[in-house]
Amino acid sequence: MDTILLLSLVTLFLPLAGFILLVFFGKRMPRQGDWLGTSLVTAGFLISLYILVAVLGATDAPRSASWTWARFGGLPGLGEVTIQLGIMLDNLSAIMLVVVMLISMLVHFFSIGYLEGDVRYTRYFAYLGFFTFSMIGIVLTHNLLMMYMFWELVGLSSYLLIGHWYEKKSASNAAMKAFIVNRVGDAGMFIGIMIIFIHFSTFSFDAIFGAVASGDLPFESRGWLTAAGILIFCGAVGKSAQFPLHVWLPDAMEGPTPVSALIHAATMVAAGVFLVARMFPLFTADALLVIAYVGAFTALLAATIAITQYDIKKVLAWSTISQLGYMIMALGVGAWAAGFMHLVTHAAFKAGLFLGSGAVIYAMHAALHQQHDHHTDAQDIRNMGGLRSRMPLTYGTFLVFTLAISGIPLTSGFLSKDEILAGTLAFSTLNGHYLLPLIAFIVAGMTAFYMFRLLILTFHGEPADGKRLSLIREVPAVMAGPLLVLAALSVFVFYSFNPLGASSGWLYQALERPASVVPEAIAPAAWPIFYRAVSDVHTLVMILSIVIAVSGIAFAWVVYERKTLSADRMAVFMGRLYDGSRNKWYFDELYQAVFVNGTLLMTRLMNRFDNRVIDGIVNGSAGLIRGVSRVSGWIDHTFIDGLVNAMANVTGAIGMRMRRIQTGNIQNYLVFAVFGFLVLLFLLLLV
Amino acid sequence: MEFEIFGIGILTWIVFLPIVGMLLILLIPGENKDAIRWTAAVVTSLQVLLAGMIVALFDKSALGINDTASFQFVEQYRWIVVEAVPRVGKIEILYFLGIDGLSVLMIVLTALIALIGVISSWSIEKMVKGYFALYLMLVTGMMGVFVALDFFLFFIFWEVMLLPMYFLIGIWGGARREYAAIKFFIYTFVGGVLMLLVMLGLYFSVAYTDAAGERIHTFNLLHMMNPANYVEGSILAGLDTTWRYAAWMALFISFAIKVPLFPFHTWLPDAHVEAPTPISVILAGVLLKLGTYGMLRILYPILPDGTVYFMYLMAVLGMISIIYGALCAMAQDDFKKLIAYSSISHMGIVMLGMASLTNQGTVGAVLQMFNHGTITAMLFLIVGVLYDRTHKRGLYDFGGIANQMPRYTGVAMVAMFAALGLPGLSGFVSELFSFLGAFAAFRWITIISVTGIIFTAGYILWTIQRVFLGELSEENKGLADLTPRELLMFVPLAIIVIALGVYPGPAIALMNTSLSHLVELMSVFTR
Repeated sequence: MDTILLLSLVTLFLPLAGFILLVFFGKRMPRQGDWLGTSLVTAGFLISLYILVAVLGATDAPRSASWTWARFGGLPGLGEVTIQLGIMLDNLSAIMLVVVMLISMLVHFFSIGYLEGDVRYTRYFAYLGFFTFSMIGIVLTHNLLMMYMFWELVGLSSYLLIGHWYEKKSASNAAMKAFIVNRVGDAGMFIGIMIIFIHFSTFSFDAIFGAVASGDLPFESRGWLTAAGILIFCGAVGKSAQFPLHVWLPDAMEGPTPVSALIHAATMVAAGVFLVARMFPLFTADALLVIAYVGAFTALLAATIAITQYDIKKVLAWSTISQLGYMIMALGVGAWAAGFMHLVTHAAFKAGLFLGSGAVIYAMHAALHQQHDHHTDAQDIRNMGGLRSRMPLTYGTFLVFTLAISGIPLTSGFLSKDEILAGTLAFSTLNGHYLLPLIAFIVAGMTAFYMFRLLILTFHGEPADGKRLSLIREVPAVMAGPLLVLAALSVFVFYSFNPLGASSGWLYQALERPASVVPEAIAPAAWPIFYRAVSDVHTLVMILSIVIAVSGIAFAWVVYERKTLSADRMAVFMGRLYDGSRNKWYFDELYQAVFVNGTLLMTRLMNRFDNRVIDGIVNGSAGLIRGVSRVSGWIDHTFIDGLVNAMANVTGAIGMRMRRIQTGNIQNYLVFAVFGFLVLLFLLLLV
Repeated sequence: MEFEIFGIGILTWIVFLPIVGMLLILLIPGENKDAIRWTAAVVTSLQVLLAGMIVALFDKSALGINDTASFQFVEQYRWIVVEAVPRVGKIEILYFLGIDGLSVLMIVLTALIALIGVISSWSIEKMVKGYFALYLMLVTGMMGVFVALDFFLFFIFWEVMLLPMYFLIGIWGGARREYAAIKFFIYTFVGGVLMLLVMLGLYFSVAYTDAAGERIHTFNLLHMMNPANYVEGSILAGLDTTWRYAAWMALFISFAIKVPLFPFHTWLPDAHVEAPTPISVILAGVLLKLGTYGMLRILYPILPDGTVYFMYLMAVLGMISIIYGALCAMAQDDFKKLIAYSSISHMGIVMLGMASLTNQGTVGAVLQMFNHGTITAMLFLIVGVLYDRTHKRGLYDFGGIANQMPRYTGVAMVAMFAALGLPGLSGFVSELFSFLGAFAAFRWITIISVTGIIFTAGYILWTIQRVFLGELSEENKGLADLTPRELLMFVPLAIIVIALGVYPGPAIALMNTSLSHLVELMSVFTR
């Protein structure tokens, strides 16, 4: 096998080895084995860099390798079906591999500081390794089956890490919610995969794309092709927390903050975007339109909620959902490279934001601990304020990340966001779906606003408690290091030397949108047409996006820094809208009432049906038979046995009479004997 | 393929070894409990060894099912022959054993679960001698069903299991053991009567001509599969007749009771809750598979017309079992009852897969039979471990066990997530292929069934939360982690669950040929 492929397998199995070693021997290792997991992932990161360079430099077809997993049929007259697992390396997977390995490595380092002294320290690092393994599985797979398998495995690691502090009911609830909500999406994805497999008898991307390109559609129907696409997208809806399955991600913040950075911001939740990017050739124009609208609606919905939250991690969680919606929308409109590029840039700055918030929470905890305060919420931004004076490094990096997510020029976020906005607007000029760019621009403004609201409330202004502020300390180097690295990676130069245009950069160049394989009549607009439309609107979009981002920031500045406008008065003014946003538009309550309670009600009904009706019939028929047998027993006893007994009684009565003969007197017997002898003699003589 | 040890065929050995053990145990004085336990352990270990030899010697390319020549390890002797019965002619009953791809994994499963059950029975202190004697008799019955190729012999083994099971639940069981034992007995017995009726019907309808040109009525299953052997004008002659459908239905119900399929399932929760742990393990691990095995071995090839005619019925019952079983499981407060209902749900997947009459569907179904056997055995052992220590089974009696018993939690997680269908563990593989096969045959039924995996995740995760997560209660603070003996019963099962989840190819290869052949046979009748 190709060396590069072999190396990618090494990156896959290194973290798994770490997991196994830590689970069995971690507790007995020095420092509980944190160095083992961290060094294995670091090695993996270095290898992945080498792989990226090799893959980007290559001009030939993507490398792939596969292994037979199971074989069916094969009798004469019956076709053979071989199920193969395998990996492939193209630009998409090589870039994603580096992203995953990089963030994973940084989070490993950060966690050494953040989780110091934790009850399940070694278990935590083991699970991080397992997550990295499963995530790389998603990245490297060349088929839908393995995608689905690792898809569920990242779900498991997410479950385990959200529930890291499982003594808390809220943590175990959140873990369960995440898994089950994801399962709903996975069920849809599974059905989509079934449709594909039953028709094509293969899971391999290339083979499926090839078959569709040659005009072979599932069940010979365009409708089923669209359906299969949307069903597979359901998996992304779950994993990337898109409406209507977005409810699990904010609760997932119950996990340790570095986990939120790695899994619930940078990588796993982006797997949905990766899936859509991977399956892009298979989506029909209708399926893509659904995807675009789901993404846009999610982006807007999450942004309206993020605006009013006070928990530092919850704000970031909602902003993650919103940004994921952005990426999904970008893929839906056909801005493939832009969507995926945003995944990459977002991974860096959002992981940075989460690690930054982790640093803040870490410092707050330490300060509160010193004050013997166990009631104040260490994550509520209303309890913070003015932290920049005590945590300059955290503040500086946090500012860079916030600028990046707001889409200010010279940051990485500007590059990718600008491309998405341009793509969305271009799409609407081709199709007339003007709602999409409208939402996209509104969300861009809202993002800048609520992110600066967060930054100002946390780091600027008056401290909530001056004494506490004096106890706040900057984080140790092992935590600061990752922040600095991520801050550097939020600058444009790593992605494109032109600060105002991504399209000339290496990343954008490496990401060539794959050609659609669906029949032309139902395919999305071809790349040349789309690209021309993008070029037409690009300058306009750039100006607009800068204006909107800056005004969002300015508005936040006016409200929260200058307090020229009162936030409280605005909240009162918004009335119901404010309440709705504060309460996440009541989705949790709705789902609890309809789905959770509905299911529980149904389980109780079914159980009662089982006990009363089915078992009732069983026990009833048993009772019936017992009744019948009692009747037949009575008949038996009274009549049949009566007859038998009657005969016995008659015989007995005769016997009673006859016994009188038995007197016990020898003379009587002699008389009878002589008499009998005479009778016999007489009879003999007669004959 | 034949293989003999001391002049006796390996299948006879594997079937009757437990009976030998039983006789030995009867000779051991009852006070000598350890000798009795060790005898049972040695006998069942030898069985595992024999099962391993069978797998090693097994020819994966042999067809089996209805093809006499390609059955393996065959032993065929005339057992009962009656010359010149009025109006019928010569009749014969065979001692006819043999295996193919359909039965080979079931033999491994039976031997394995029997051994695990013995290890788990170590803690039984009540009437040890009687317990193990009955236990070994039960094992012979189960093993016999999987290797018998004569309907009469099959029926005898089938009924032989009933008696020890009745006593094992009725004597060593929980509070409502008598009710549960009688319920189990009557349910299964009704099934047995139906089977007997069909068996007699087949017997009078089927006759083969031997080398001497004599017509002989036989219970030989393979002769019953050959349409040419049906006597003209007999009750089950022809195809798609009312009588054949009726026979199909009767036989189906008799097997469906064992599976158990909705609506014939209510004996199962009671029997499981009342049975002692090792018996629950046997019951869920092996006994339930006899139903689906019987369908594939007897119902499908002998009455293929009925099978094709009723395939939607089977699929719908499978679908209902999947969803209904999962919902009922979620409603339980009793850990053991929850697992009992989850068995109904998981066996529904077997039914759905095999109803599809597709290659992947049937392979998935048989693999699911094996996987469910190992996974559910683990789950019942998990309940048993807690019950041994606390004498409680309520899901609300625990919490925070994860911190107190880490090794126990580790194996429990493997079993729980395997039951949930997590990829990388064996349950996923068989569910995957069952669903894939089913989807090829029934689109909407399968789509509805797939939603069952959401409910499954619901009740499994909720159970994990209630038992393992949260704060440890004061009274559970003294709970000890797994002993070496307990680890011994979990570890082999966990290894199998993981190995088959990661790479199922070899297991599938064992049965692929036979099941492909079965599908091919059925395809003639598919409209």
